[in-house]
Amino acid sequence: MNRLRRDLSLLFIFGFFTLFSNVCSDLVISKLDRQIDLSSQIVRFTTSLKLENNGVEAVSKVLLPYPENQAKNLAFLLVTITEGKGKTKTSSDRLPVDVIHPEGMPSLTWYAVSLPKELSKGGSLTLEVKAVFTHLLTPFPEKITQADAQLVAFQDSAHYLSPYAVKVQSLTVKLPEPKVESYTKLENTKFSGSEIKYGPYENIPPFSLPTIIVHFANNKPFSVAQELVREIEVSHWGNVQVTENYNLIHAGAELKGEFSRLDYEERPHVRGASALRSLVARLPARAHSIYYRDEIGNISTSNVYSDSVKTLLEIEPRYPMFGGWRTAFTIGYGLPLQDFLFKSEGKRFLDITFGCPMNDMVIENIYVKVVLPEGSKDISVVAPFPSKETREAKLSHLDIAGRPVVVLEKKNVVPEHNQNFQVYYRFSSLSLLREPLMLVFGFLLFFVACIAYVHADLTISKSSSSYIAKLQWDEVQTAIQQFQNIMNRVLVIHNKLDASLRDLSRTGDVQACKAARKTADAFLKELTKELKPLLSFLQSSPQALHIVAKVEELVVKEKELQEKVMLKHSMVVDSYEKKSGGKDIDNRIAAVQQKITLLRQEVDDLLEVIDEI
Amino acid sequence: MAAQETSQSATFRHAFGNVLSFAVLLLIGVMAFSIRLFSVIKYESVIHEFDPYFNYRVTQFLTKSGVYDFWNWFDDRTWYPLGRVIGGTVYPGLTLTAGTLWWILNSINIPLSVETVCVFTAPVFSAFASWATYLLTKEIKGAGAGLTAAALLAMVPSYISRSVAGSYDNEAVAIFALIFTFYLYIKTLNTGSLFYATLNAIAYFYMVCSWGGYTFIINLIPMHVLLCIVTGRYSPRLYIAYAPLVVLGTLLAALVPVVGFNAVMTSEHFASFLVFIIIHVVALVYYIKGILTPQMFKVAVTLVVSVGMVLCVAVLAVLIALVASSPTKGWSGRSLSLLDPTYASKYIPIIASVSEHQPPTWPSYFMDINVLAFLVPAGIIACFLPLSDASSFAVLYIVTSVYFSGVMVRLMLVLAPAACIMSGIALSEAFDVFTRSIKFHLVGTTQNPQDNAGDATKVTQNDVKSEKSEDTVKERSSRKSKKDKENIEKPSLVSRVEKRLLVLPLETSVMAVFLLVLLGAFYVVHCVWAAAEAYSAPSIVLTSRSHDGLHVFDDFREAYAWLSHNTEVDDKVASWWDYGYQTTAMANRTVIVDNNTWNNTHIATVGTAMSSPEKAAWDIFNSLDVKYVLVVFGGLVGYPSDDINKFLWMVRIGGGVFPHIKEPDYLRDGQYRIDSQATPTMLNSLMYKLSYFRFVETDGRGYDRVRNTEIGKKHFKLTHFEEVFTTHHWMVRIYKLKSPRNRIRGKTKRSKSSLQKSGTSPSSKRSTRKRNPWQ
Repeated sequence: MNRLRRDLSLLFIFGFFTLFSNVCSDLVISKLDRQIDLSSQIVRFTTSLKLENNGVEAVSKVLLPYPENQAKNLAFLLVTITEGKGKTKTSSDRLPVDVIHPEGMPSLTWYAVSLPKELSKGGSLTLEVKAVFTHLLTPFPEKITQADAQLVAFQDSAHYLSPYAVKVQSLTVKLPEPKVESYTKLENTKFSGSEIKYGPYENIPPFSLPTIIVHFANNKPFSVAQELVREIEVSHWGNVQVTENYNLIHAGAELKGEFSRLDYEERPHVRGASALRSLVARLPARAHSIYYRDEIGNISTSNVYSDSVKTLLEIEPRYPMFGGWRTAFTIGYGLPLQDFLFKSEGKRFLDITFGCPMNDMVIENIYVKVVLPEGSKDISVVAPFPSKETREAKLSHLDIAGRPVVVLEKKNVVPEHNQNFQVYYRFSSLSLLREPLMLVFGFLLFFVACIAYVHADLTISKSSSSYIAKLQWDEVQTAIQQFQNIMNRVLVIHNKLDASLRDLSRTGDVQACKAARKTADAFLKELTKELKPLLSFLQSSPQALHIVAKVEELVVKEKELQEKVMLKHSMVVDSYEKKSGGKDIDNRIAAVQQKITLLRQEVDDLLEVIDEI
Repeated sequence: MAAQETSQSATFRHAFGNVLSFAVLLLIGVMAFSIRLFSVIKYESVIHEFDPYFNYRVTQFLTKSGVYDFWNWFDDRTWYPLGRVIGGTVYPGLTLTAGTLWWILNSINIPLSVETVCVFTAPVFSAFASWATYLLTKEIKGAGAGLTAAALLAMVPSYISRSVAGSYDNEAVAIFALIFTFYLYIKTLNTGSLFYATLNAIAYFYMVCSWGGYTFIINLIPMHVLLCIVTGRYSPRLYIAYAPLVVLGTLLAALVPVVGFNAVMTSEHFASFLVFIIIHVVALVYYIKGILTPQMFKVAVTLVVSVGMVLCVAVLAVLIALVASSPTKGWSGRSLSLLDPTYASKYIPIIASVSEHQPPTWPSYFMDINVLAFLVPAGIIACFLPLSDASSFAVLYIVTSVYFSGVMVRLMLVLAPAACIMSGIALSEAFDVFTRSIKFHLVGTTQNPQDNAGDATKVTQNDVKSEKSEDTVKERSSRKSKKDKENIEKPSLVSRVEKRLLVLPLETSVMAVFLLVLLGAFYVVHCVWAAAEAYSAPSIVLTSRSHDGLHVFDDFREAYAWLSHNTEVDDKVASWWDYGYQTTAMANRTVIVDNNTWNNTHIATVGTAMSSPEKAAWDIFNSLDVKYVLVVFGGLVGYPSDDINKFLWMVRIGGGVFPHIKEPDYLRDGQYRIDSQATPTMLNSLMYKLSYFRFVETDGRGYDRVRNTEIGKKHFKLTHFEEVFTTHHWMVRIYKLKSPRNRIRGKTKRSKSSLQKSGTSPSSKRSTRKRNPWQ
């Protein structure tokens, strides 16, 4: 408490302000209504000011001062002009706001609101100022045990801090629960429900600031992401991949002493009331491939609910987070490209939300990285609020130059920042094919290299014995192959002879059969001639020593086989000429046939053996 | 025209065979890889168990800091306050392999994380291992056997258990290195090429880098060489296969920091040197035999033998002196327990306490190699028909590995490739015989099949004899003529012809083929089951199926994540050594002891603290700068491998160094119990208290679902420790040491209460305090 008071007394040194207030006292606030929402860790001020110009000159700027301790935690400021009341109330677009630093005002930060048209003499208008602050609630006490409720203190002045005179003003403080530990009682203070009302006060001079302190229980977890890196990677193959790395802390009252799982499980809402149990991320509809993990692996405590408008991802940290506890995790999801990427004037633009999808989370530093496809040009960013922009490059799958990355950096981000921003760029669709083509060429080259390697002779010494031996071996192999060919052809002729016999038995045409025999004979003779040089080569070659035996055996066997086949053929033809019966023929050739089959088998086997060499 | 066509068909057939076996090999590789992905699909892509976490951490360091920093890495986050020199105490093969893979992938812009690379290293290398098996078996018994063996190895459960995705352990790479080294040895033996001999030494170097099991190679190969010499199979090829391996291999092995001078100093390596000498003597004898006449040779033999005896005695004496001068007689504890299976349990509780160092049970053989166990004998028989240098090696390999696997469960892994090779040979030979007889019958259907079969078998018997004699004759002659190629091919040709004539009746062969296929199918089913159900659990995540679906127990990572985010970076965490690697890797906190059990005293200190009463334990932990104590407790959900079940080992190991911890104090009538019958020492030990603190409040009576009893001491308070975190299922409980100020307050409270309750505890406390090893 003491510390708070000291802060206040340091801040408001009135001497300066009275001097300054005279300068801009032309404007008068005729009615002022302030609402302070303290129901979560984020403090939201909603102020509606009715301004009247009593001076001579027209006014184009309205000054809004905030004390330094508030200004440095100001996350979001939105000023609009409203007209009408109740249902007919309409509000204009947001007005431009600039920070100005008048001299000699060290402990105040001034925001100058530029009005769309000057406020002439005697005119009036209503401004609505929405200001969102983080870290304004101070846990008090700073350390609590597991069983204690989390108490926080909030301080402000009961009167509106303004350089202008305020005629009538009132203040409403909204608390999360209809309970309060203590609050500063001034005149006209009323506590009802979960609201504390101060005022109305009339004709307050500028810079008169009675301090109020509200001390109340706020068991909402104070989830603060100290750093959030959102990486949005655009792939023109149809996907926008979002990866969010959170570095989370529970910024409420720190836990002191023991954490007992037993107590926590038994009475979770008493022992661990302020613990952060789960977070809900509201993702766009049709989000897919959602994952939730940290650096040591998948975290299994998560659920996804989806409908046509949104996808809700409910995640629990690995452990319930008490005050002062930290954790880090990553969530990632894919989004359909057509929902977020559009074309305009020859440019493409990505239209996607800036802030984080978690509810009620304060982000101290956010880095939004938009990774565009390799080859994107003319990149520009349109954001609804100022942020620091830098560029880098990211090397990923099959990249050569790297993908351009736009980095947007911002401090103090609240859910109000969840607005869309746009990244414009040019990208030729043909570049899409670059990577597949690269792969195709890569493999082609590989295969060509393989072919070249197989066919090229890389021997260094052409005269070495092993090289010569290899050459000789190749020759032997070709010789053997030729030999095999001849053998196969011989066997084919045998088959033809057999076929002619079958024809004979069917048609009884002896002449045709004889003719077949003749041609076969001629062929066989020719083949035997061809065989001779091969055999002599094989016999002479030292490399073929171990094969020659087989080859010779084969030749012998084949000769035998040939003889038998001829014998069979002539026997059958003979018997046909003698017109003997079918059974008779079968009996006569049975013995021969058996031998033929055996020989044929052996020849086949030998051929196979040679084949395997 | 016809001729060309036939020639083309022959070459096509040849090419087709090559392409087919290439495709089969590719598919085997794909299968070996994908069967190991069950763990990723059923669970997630995460590092498994304990040791892999250390390897992962080392790999991370390597990728971050580079090789030179890695060699000089002094790790101060473990074995506090001693630290550990990582570069000099790890087998760097695995980490260097994964680091290189990662570096290559990243340099061609494929941004895989180190973790992903580590997770998939083991499956990739098991594909390599099955290809290496193909090569090895092909050298032994031909391509058919090679393909079968490769397919069997790709899915052998024993190997799967060590190489599922995420099981990032030395064995994953080492089995590949082992098989490949053997392949290169056999290849050198078959070709006599110095090129392969050099490659062999390099492969051996890679194996030494990867795993302590390299001693198996450096003992098995000399054994085989000795066997060849004794059976009269000495040849120059044998010399080329062996001598360069010993010289180059030993030099290279000495380059690995963790081996260093062990490569020449410890007796695990002496066998190779001895055989090295023997092979030189034999080579000399053969040389002299060649240049001398028989009479002269006899004279020379008598001369040399007398001189040689003297030399041998001298060398032996030196060897024995060397061995005797080292403390464990030159053998490390693990190796000693290989030779004498009871050694470890008698002398080194730390080795005995690891379940994978226990001898296996019979069911584990069936579980791990399944039907291969039945096929192995057939394979051994096939290796003897005919016995070549290569097949004798295979037989030796299987015999030794069967022995070693019988000593230590872990070495089942070495048995698996041998069993696969043998079964591959057996299956392929069996299929060969059966399909050939079927083919024979189908071709010869025109004739009476029975006659035929009878004839053929008769022929066979005669032929077998004649051809065998022929075979040996030819082999000898060819050896003399030094036609190496001939030598390899001759026996295979002959054996082929011989087998072709072994013809079985058609029905029998069809039936047999069917049964073999059935056997194979059974094997495949078993392997897939083993891969999917038995071996793919990462052990840091547990799941259980209940009626309301899958329940996940992710308590370990919950605790590690809590430690890593909510404690100071330099806080020291004490736990039993099992969790040391995980704590340093996942929580990034300094631990007192870890799974690299290099300092028995340090582990005994932690064991002593865990078995001491609270105050004494606090003193020990405080003197070690410990801030948090982590215990694993399964009593709430029934997780059996928790610290209470390991507690007796802590007592034993602690008692081994600090004699005031006595095992009988923790046992009631020789029984380990935690119920009301338990001894007071047990109920007052720190481990008991930290495990069961406030446990009774969960169900009112403190029923432990692992031990299936109610706990003995139910209501008690902690005076020197405070609970700071307990995971969702109470599986990990983390306590903080109270600061000294609080302790005094607690102590006064405690002493008051203890005075009222019992007068014995203060005195025992005082006496234990004096025995605190750290004071």
